[in-house]
Parts: sequence; structure tokens; C-alpha cells
Amino acid sequence: MTVTEVGSARRRKEDARLITGRTTWTENVTLPGMLHLAILRSPMAHARISSIDVSPALATKGVVEAFSGRDVADVQGALPCAWPVTEDMVLPDRPPIAVDEVKFMGEAVAVVAARSRAAALDALAAIEVDYEPLPAVLDMEAALADGADLVHADKGTNRGYTWVFDSGEAGTGGDAAAALDDAEVVIRRRYVQQRLIPAFMEPRSVVVDPTGDVYSIWSATQIPHILRFLLAAVTGTPEHKVRVIAPDVGGGFGGKLQVTPEELIAFVAAKRLGRPVKYTESRSESLVSAHHGRDVIQDVELAARRDGTVTGLRVKLMANMGAYMGLVGPGVPILGAFMYNAIYKFPAYRFECSGVFTNTTITDAYRGAGRPEATYAIERLMDELATELGLDPMEVRRRNWIKADEFPFTTVCGLQYDSGDYDKATDKAMELFGYDELRKEQEARRAEGDTVHLGIGISTYTEMCGLAPSRVLGALRYGAGGWETASVRMLPTGKVEVVTGTSPHGQGHETAWSQIVADQLGVPFEDVEVLHGDTRTSYKGLDTYGSRSLAVGGIALYNACQKVLDKAKPIAAHMLECDPADLEFAEGRFRVRGNPDGGRTLADCALAVFAAHDLPDGIEPTLDADAVYDPVNFSFPHGTHLCATEVDTETGRVSIRKYVAVDDIGRVINPLIVEGQVHGGIAQGIAQALFEEAVYDEDGNLMTGTLVDYTLPTAADLPSFVTDRTESPAPDHPLGTKGVGEAGTIASTPAVVNAIVDALRPMGVNDIAMPCTPERVWRAVQGGAA
Amino acid sequence: MTRVSMKVDGVEYEDDVEPRTLLVHHLRESLGKVGTVVGCDTSNCGACTVLMTDPEGRKQGIKSCSVLAVQADGREITTIEGLAGPDRTLHPVQRAFHEAHGLQCGFCTPGMIMAAVDLLTENPDPTEAEIREGLEGNLCRCTGYQNIVRAVREASAEIRSAGGDAEPAPPSPRAGEAQTPDSGLPRQDVPDETIPQPVP
Amino acid sequence: MIPPTFDYAAPTTVDEAISALRDAGEDAKVIAGGQSLLPLLRMRFAAPSTLVDLGGVEELRHVREDGDTIVIGAMVTHARVLRDPLVNAHVPLLAQATSTVADRQIRHRGTFAGSLAHADPAGDLPAVALVLGASLEIAGPHGRRVVPASEFFVDYLESVVAPDEVLVAVRVPKQGSWVGRYEKFNRVAQGWALVGVAALVRRENGAIAEARVGLTNMGSTPLRARRAEAALAGADSPAAVGAAAARAADDTRPSDDLLAGADYRRHLAGVLTRRAVASLA
Repeated sequence: MTVTEVGSARRRKEDARLITGRTTWTENVTLPGMLHLAILRSPMAHARISSIDVSPALATKGVVEAFSGRDVADVQGALPCAWPVTEDMVLPDRPPIAVDEVKFMGEAVAVVAARSRAAALDALAAIEVDYEPLPAVLDMEAALADGADLVHADKGTNRGYTWVFDSGEAGTGGDAAAALDDAEVVIRRRYVQQRLIPAFMEPRSVVVDPTGDVYSIWSATQIPHILRFLLAAVTGTPEHKVRVIAPDVGGGFGGKLQVTPEELIAFVAAKRLGRPVKYTESRSESLVSAHHGRDVIQDVELAARRDGTVTGLRVKLMANMGAYMGLVGPGVPILGAFMYNAIYKFPAYRFECSGVFTNTTITDAYRGAGRPEATYAIERLMDELATELGLDPMEVRRRNWIKADEFPFTTVCGLQYDSGDYDKATDKAMELFGYDELRKEQEARRAEGDTVHLGIGISTYTEMCGLAPSRVLGALRYGAGGWETASVRMLPTGKVEVVTGTSPHGQGHETAWSQIVADQLGVPFEDVEVLHGDTRTSYKGLDTYGSRSLAVGGIALYNACQKVLDKAKPIAAHMLECDPADLEFAEGRFRVRGNPDGGRTLADCALAVFAAHDLPDGIEPTLDADAVYDPVNFSFPHGTHLCATEVDTETGRVSIRKYVAVDDIGRVINPLIVEGQVHGGIAQGIAQALFEEAVYDEDGNLMTGTLVDYTLPTAADLPSFVTDRTESPAPDHPLGTKGVGEAGTIASTPAVVNAIVDALRPMGVNDIAMPCTPERVWRAVQGGAA
Repeated sequence: MTRVSMKVDGVEYEDDVEPRTLLVHHLRESLGKVGTVVGCDTSNCGACTVLMTDPEGRKQGIKSCSVLAVQADGREITTIEGLAGPDRTLHPVQRAFHEAHGLQCGFCTPGMIMAAVDLLTENPDPTEAEIREGLEGNLCRCTGYQNIVRAVREASAEIRSAGGDAEPAPPSPRAGEAQTPDSGLPRQDVPDETIPQPVP
Repeated sequence: MIPPTFDYAAPTTVDEAISALRDAGEDAKVIAGGQSLLPLLRMRFAAPSTLVDLGGVEELRHVREDGDTIVIGAMVTHARVLRDPLVNAHVPLLAQATSTVADRQIRHRGTFAGSLAHADPAGDLPAVALVLGASLEIAGPHGRRVVPASEFFVDYLESVVAPDEVLVAVRVPKQGSWVGRYEKFNRVAQGWALVGVAALVRRENGAIAEARVGLTNMGSTPLRARRAEAALAGADSPAAVGAAAARAADDTRPSDDLLAGADYRRHLAGVLTRRAVASLA
């Protein structure tokens, strides 16, 4: 009996080093002669730097060098934006260290290099800076008004871009404006996606060593390959002289999908000093300077018939870009544009998004990137429509969603949804949840006048994973392709090294990739080593984000394995003195068809090519193979999440009583890892619904600058989740996998808020701004009851 | 400079430190104990949790970012690197985190494991609610905590069935070399849900 | 982040600690558990010239019984309070409230006395000390003095302890027939109390004979809710308790800040008072 690795709950290979403290975080890297950097950051949101003097810092004990933006203005380069979403997008130069003007609190203004971190920090206080305050632009609507103060005076506007999709114009559907005009029912709402902070647990850290033949850069990044390419491009350094290493990386969630000022600062400092340097941010620096996420105002209008059939949707967004355009920040709302129609058969759709500059930290990718925002808006709207029509919220959804026999389905956005069964996932979720019983209890408790109200929230969702077909990215003006690479190296002893272009930071690729290889090549799981994150071993790749690693990189790996077998087959046939056509491969062994005995293992072939003493004529002596996979389509996981909340109307406290998630993410390589991704995703989505918000005061000071104020949930603040799956394999590739990294985050936020609103509807509440803190819930109850 | 001596993971160290040196920086930078990490500057995240003896010799979980090295003078400290047994076997809590998939990126893990050991030393059979409250000083951004809670329950059961306690064996310098059991047949039967749902 | 530089003194007696403070001058700071001070130092919000560490002062580590009073030394940690038999037997309110303070690791280092000396109105234990009628023993260059908790807290992060003095012990009267409950309301488990209520009541014949209510984070110092206390006396039904509790925020001026609005805090004070008292039935 063959052991099938794929589908089994393998314990992770990665764990051994992580549970014993033998990890290589970037902060652990120490090199001879290394200096430590500290960065002086702007205390103001918007100001002219009228003068800056770093010389007192140079006189401080232990300091080797200090410099300001002006000192390196000609050599520091500018931070790249890889996604100019429109031809005329306003793209201001973004210096790593501010030169003349600071445009957000936390922006770097000067750098100290010293023999110890403490000495570098001590010296910051000696730097003298005079700021001449300028008006801070904070509110997006005010920023877009005529005569508004400007973030970038030379650009003449705070509007970075306006991006439009109209199904009528695109020919993918009808005219949304007409649908709204003719509608029997129109639901209009404004929803606010509050600003969030990714808050990965490992603070960002970078080490640059300029002393070898190449620049070696260790960075806590999700994107070592993209960093190498862009760092070479923006600093004019030959790409082959740049080596980037992402060692153990402690979480990212999109927050480490960035080429950062700190990386360029460390590079510039190392080059200037000719010595290795290290910079590790403190948590408070991280919260104010690493990119933020969300921060979108959504004006949404839904047209429907009285039977609940949706006839059109119009979406108008203002998306806060912060002070500059991030690496992929402008494109984040655009990723959401294709998801507002969600799992539904809407016939007409218009989407318009303006990217707006403000004097705040930049926003960019955060788990889900555009898709949670879209899903939230539509799933809140579907509840509102149900309420308006007096229908059960699930029934309204059912009447609109795509049926299992309608796949592949081309949506109003022109995307082709690959596979799915929304009824099946929903039925399973409803059963696990005990939907009908909870509705009965809700009624009974309302009748009794219980001050703690039960609420039931629904969220059905789909998302687009597997970023992305390169031609689609090109059409969207994204600066790179969407392929991924894998290499399989057969060592002479039959052991296997896999090189992947993905860059895991918690996802368990070493384990899942080993499972794929074990099955395909018939080698033991333990015999596979997965190499990643060092551009010297993995020279090509597009890294890890957007639930793409397995859905794209996994297929590349599968294809590379097939190539290895293709190379091995003639060699095995030569050893067995038979025709390759007569061989079959199973359980790691080539056998003559019909003859279960004998044969040659892949290891035999590996040793044969190593010796190369007796190979068929014209055969290259290697089994190694590379593959690059460019997906033909996105993949579209889906699912149904149900949440029951207990809402204490006296205090406003919300607690989650039950949470059920049924996700369909295609075929599963490792259910344990999948479960973990779902748990973590749900927790982050709940955190948006209940706990987290980055808040600026009226002067543009970040008020949530420590983990005391930016409240991440602890174990005591979250429940256990009930998770289950249905399985609709991706039809476009042999693994059938789709993607799971973002699903939980996309689905859970509207499930929770729908549940809270559901609890309080009898009190006249039809919306609560996120995060639904006890105070906000209490105020809604006061307002609603009044 | 102030002279401090402390026993860390079974080894005696004596060093001169600046009084302002945080214990965690002393552990990492002077003693090379980089398994213990720093995740915040306000003592919220707990990633730096280690065990340290109190004046009566009782080992307790503390946040090494919120203790000065000079305050640890004369104390005995166990870090994640000294938790495994002298024969390089994993501590039951380490093993349970591996088995129950209680970690993803692993950055919070050293602190989370040490906090769990501390909790189980005081309360060998905690309920789910007690585990969740007991770990309220440690933040994890990856797991949603569910498998961490599961890991602590499994470790608790294992420790009790073995008749021992959670307090780690006297640390050995080789404890950091412990291995996870990666061999053998995969377990096919891991249920999605082994923890009962809390009902308020 | 790393604290700024400072000098360090490690006295082994209270007298040595006082000398060290005198030698170091005005900018010296006493450190006990350091769980409030260390984050302030790391963020460089505080920059003392010298830290005088009480960690080596053995005489401050004890809990003892003194007639009707439990005396808790300045270096007694929250964790020690939680497991101390004298505290659990005679001042169970203190143990219950202490269990809500911060988290396990911080309770292992932080001290009861230190959390009073820090005088943070958002701290949980100052309000508890108020309702328990605790008094604080302070040693200085001119000898020792004892100050009742009601006179100890001066303003936000300010107590009557002078820069050259050391809080050496907290004297907590035994609860006797009084029963108590601390209700804490925070946004996340790690969060400071938006509002906390310490309730202590004595019942006679099914009714409340006397009540004391202490409020956390309802002003710049911990407060007693005197009007609610007066109204609670004689309350003999849930309705009467509810009506009395609704007065908990009378005469208070809580802050209006990022964490909560003042009106919400006032409302919470009433709800938590009612719940705390009701739980003591």
C-alpha cells in the first residue's frame, strides 16, 4: 500500500528549529565589524525641514557616522512603486530619508551608525532639526475638495488616480446606472474600512554586508527576489552584485511585501561606511513606519427586484494611499474591484476608485488586500437587502449566487470562476452551526427581554487566489509577471533538493513542498530538503503573497517533478535493457509494465547519471529539472462562515459564542496547515471587526503607536472555531489546489459585524462602524433605542 | 558597569553589564541566547518570556524585556534553548506545539512555550478558559491561538499521564539540539476540531 | 528600545535605600518589580539619574499578620499575594482583584506596593486599597510615617511619597464580615481597565448595612463613589441595588480619551457597581 503524502496531516519540518530556539531571524545575524543603525523619525505629519544638523550626534560616544537626507540625497535612490494603476497616476518621488519635507509622522529624517545599538539610540537625541509646520492633510474627502491643502504641492492635487471599471463599457455586463434607475429596491450605504496595521510579530530587520564580492542583504521580507531586482534598479547596483537572503521570517501578512526605506537606508549606510550594518526596528517604530492596510471609504448602491434578485451594483471608493504610493499600494483596491460581485450573478456593475494622498503612513497590502473590503461591503449589503425585503439573509444570497452546474462561470467583471459549490458548503456550515436552533433561541430570548442579545451573522465569499496570469497582470499595469519557479535536484544518493521561488514566513512550504515531491517522485518525505529565500540558491522567483505560493509555485514544483521522471525514464530503460515505452513509474520505481518485480528506483537513476559511465547515447547526465509555471487563470476558493455573537447591551461588549467556517479551497496538500491558516485568518478578520484600528489625531499624530493602544487580540479574547471543508478541485492544473492564506480574513469580518447588527436590529440598529468596540456598540444601542 | 552572575540554561556566567542593559539583551548579545526574541517595547507581546527563579528559588515566567540584567543577579534562568531534557528529548510542551501545529512563523513560539510551561507548572490541568487566560501575556499573530490552546491541553495530559510535572529537567547545554520526531507514518486522522466550543 | 543610561544602587536594607536616594538627589527613582517603570524607560519617557533597586532588601519581602491587619512588604509580588494564605484568608478581595492585574509574567515581577506607589488611576489596585481602608508605611530620612490610602494618591502618577522616601509596606485591615468583588472592564484581556469597580459590602439581616465602592480610571486618582455607597446602605432588593449603583459616577470627572468617552465611562461605572454588588448577595 502506497502512503500518500498529499492530503495527510504531516507535522511540519520547520518546527524543529522554531520550538528549540535555533532560528535565524535577521536580528540574530552578527558580522565582524558590524555597526548598528538608529533612525531619527519625524514627530510631525507635515513640515518643511528648515535646518538639520547631525554633527552633535557625531560627537556622541560610540558613534561612527551620522547623516541626514540632504547628505545622501544624490545616492539614496527613491522607493519603487510597481503598480502604476493608470497611465496618468501621480507618482511622487519617495526618498528613503526625507530631504526637504516630511510628509508623515515616523518618516526617516536622519541616521546614526554606532558601535552598539544603545549608543546609536543615545545619539539620536543630539541631532538638531528645525521643522516649519505645514498643514496636515488627513481627511480623504477634504483632501479631494477644491482648494485643499496639498500633500505634494508640486503635484497640484491629492488625487493620485481614478480607476474605473464599468461592465457596460467593458461589454461584460449591463449598465449599472440604468439598473439603479429602474430598480424596485435600492440599498445605499457608506461603509468604512478602518486603517489597520499588519503587526507581524517579528519586527523588520535588515543587515547589509558590503565587504565581500557582492552586497549581501539579510532582510525580514516576504519578497527577497523582488527586493533584489528593485534594489539593483533603484540604486544602480548591478543585479549580480546583490544577494538577498530572507532567513527565518516571522510573519508578514502583506506587511513585509514592501521595499522599505529602512532597507535602502541600510544599503546606503553600508556602502558609505564600507562596513556591515544592522538595523532592527522597535515595535513602536514598526507601528508608525511599516505600511498600514485598508483605510477605504466605500459608497455602495445595490439595485434589486422585490423578489431579492440583484440587478446591479455601483461602488465608489476613496482609498487612502498615505503620503506616497507603496510598492503595490495603488493596486490593492483594484484587486478588490473584481470581487464586489462576489459569488453572485449580478448583471450590471460599475466600480470607481480614487487613490488619495494624505499625511499618513503609506497603506499597502494587508492579508486579503482589497478582497476583504469588497466582501465586507457586499455581505453587509446582502443583509441589508434581506432586511428591507423581509427575507432570510441566507435565502437572499441563495437566490443570487452561482449554482454548481453553472461553472465555469464568467462574471460581470469578466473573470471566469473555475469551480465551486456554494450550496454544498453552505448546507454543511448551517448544519454544523445549528442555524435553525440558534434562530429559535434568538427569538425566545428577545421575547424574554434578555439584555444580552444573540445575533447570527452570515458571510459567503469567494476570492481570487494564485496571483496571477502574467497577461492579466500586464493588462492591469502591474510591474511584474505572475509565474513561479521550482527546481528539483536529484542528489547521487537519491536524496532530493528542491529550490522554490516562493518565500515562506510561517506557511510551512518546507513541509507541503516535501509532501508533493514525495508523492511525485516516490521518495520518503524525510529525504526532501526545500531551499528558499536566498537569491544565491533560489535566483529566480516572485515570492509569497496573495495566496499564490501553492496555487502557482506548487504547480511549478509538480511540473519539475514530471520533468525529472521524464529524464530518468530512458536511463532506467537503459539499465533494464527495455524500451522506455514499456516502463511505468510507481512508488519510486520504474518497472516493466506487467512485471511487479525488479525495476530501478529513481535513486538508481540518480546514481547512474552521477557516475555517467553507462548512459544511452545523447543523454545529458542529469536528472535535475527546472519548471516555471504561469497560471492560466486565477483560482477561486469559496466558503460560508457563520458567527453567533452575544451582545451585552448594557456594556456593549460583544463575545463570540460560536464560529463555523466551511471553506472550499480545492484539493488540500496538508489539512493541518490548512486548518492553521484558516484559524489565523479568521482571527485577523475578527480583529478588524472587534479590536483593531490605527487612529490619527487631528494633527496627524498616530495615537495607536504601541501595542498598548493598537490592541491585538490575545488568546483570552478569541473563541475556538469550528472548521470544515468541501472540495471543488481547481480544474486548470493537476494539483487541483486553490489557496487558503487569506480566506479566513476575507470571510470573517462581515460574519461578525452581520451578527452584531443582527442582534441589535430590533433596537433600530442597522450599522456599527468597525471596530465594534464596546463603546461603539453601546452608543449604537443608545442611538437606536432613542 | 555592574558585575552580575547568573546561571542560564545550566551554565554559570559572570559579566560586567551597564545597569541599563535589559535581561533579554544580555541573554542575546552577551550570552548568545538568540532563541529568546524581542517583539515589542511595552511588555505586551511576551515573545521574550523566560523562566527565572524568584528569591525563594521558585521558577517563574517573566518577560526578559522588562527586567534589567542587574535585577537578575544571582538568579537561575531557563530559556527556550535550555528547555529540552539533557538527553536531547523535547519537553512535552515543545513536543505538543509540534504535534498540534501550535506555531506558524514561530516568532512568538519561544515565549509562548515558556509561558505555557510556567502555566502548567502552577496549574497542571487547566481548562480551555484557564489556558486562554494564562497565556494572555503573549501575542501570536498567526495561529488564532486555537492550536496553541490545543497544544497546551495535550501537553498537560501527557505530563499528567507520565506522572511528572511541567517544570523542566535541569537544563543542559545540549538541550538546544533536540530534534522533532519527523519519521514514521503520517497521522491521517487529525480531526479539525478537538476542543469543545465555549458556551458563555 | 533601550533605556537611557543611569546609575544603579542595590541596597540591602531600607536605611541603605534611603541613603542611596539622598546621595543620588532629586532625579533618582526607586525600582521594585519595575513592571511599570521598565516600559517607560525603554520608551525613554523617563530618564532617572539613578535607580535604587529594592530587590535586595530582604525585610521588604514579607507578608505578616499584625492583629487585625495584614502587612504586605514593598517587594511582595502580585503572584505572592495571589498564593499567600494570610491574604486569601483575610483580604480575599485583594487576591481576586490581583488576579485581574496584567498577565502572569508581569504578576511574577510586579509588586502590590509598587502598583500603589505608581499612582496610575487606571491601575486596578489603588481603588481596592481605598475600599479596604489600607494605609501605607513610608520611610524617609526623618523616620517613618503611615498615610491612609484616602490621602495617599495626589494626582495622575503622583502620590505623597517624596523623592527621598520609600514606600516600605502596605497595611491592609482584615475584611472580617465584609465581602468584596472587583469588576474590571477592558477592551482586550491585556488592556488597562476602561473602568474598574471595587465593591466591599457588609450585610445584616438580608440587607446591605454598609458599602464601599472604589473606582478605577474615573478621574486623575482612584476614587470612592460616596453617593452610591450612601445609597447602597439599606438596599435590600436588586432594584434598590440598581438604583444606588446608578449613582456610582456622581461627582466624578473621568477623562474623555482614545480608550473611552467620559459619558461611557460614567455609564460603565454604574453597571459594574451594580454587577459587583449583586455578585456579593
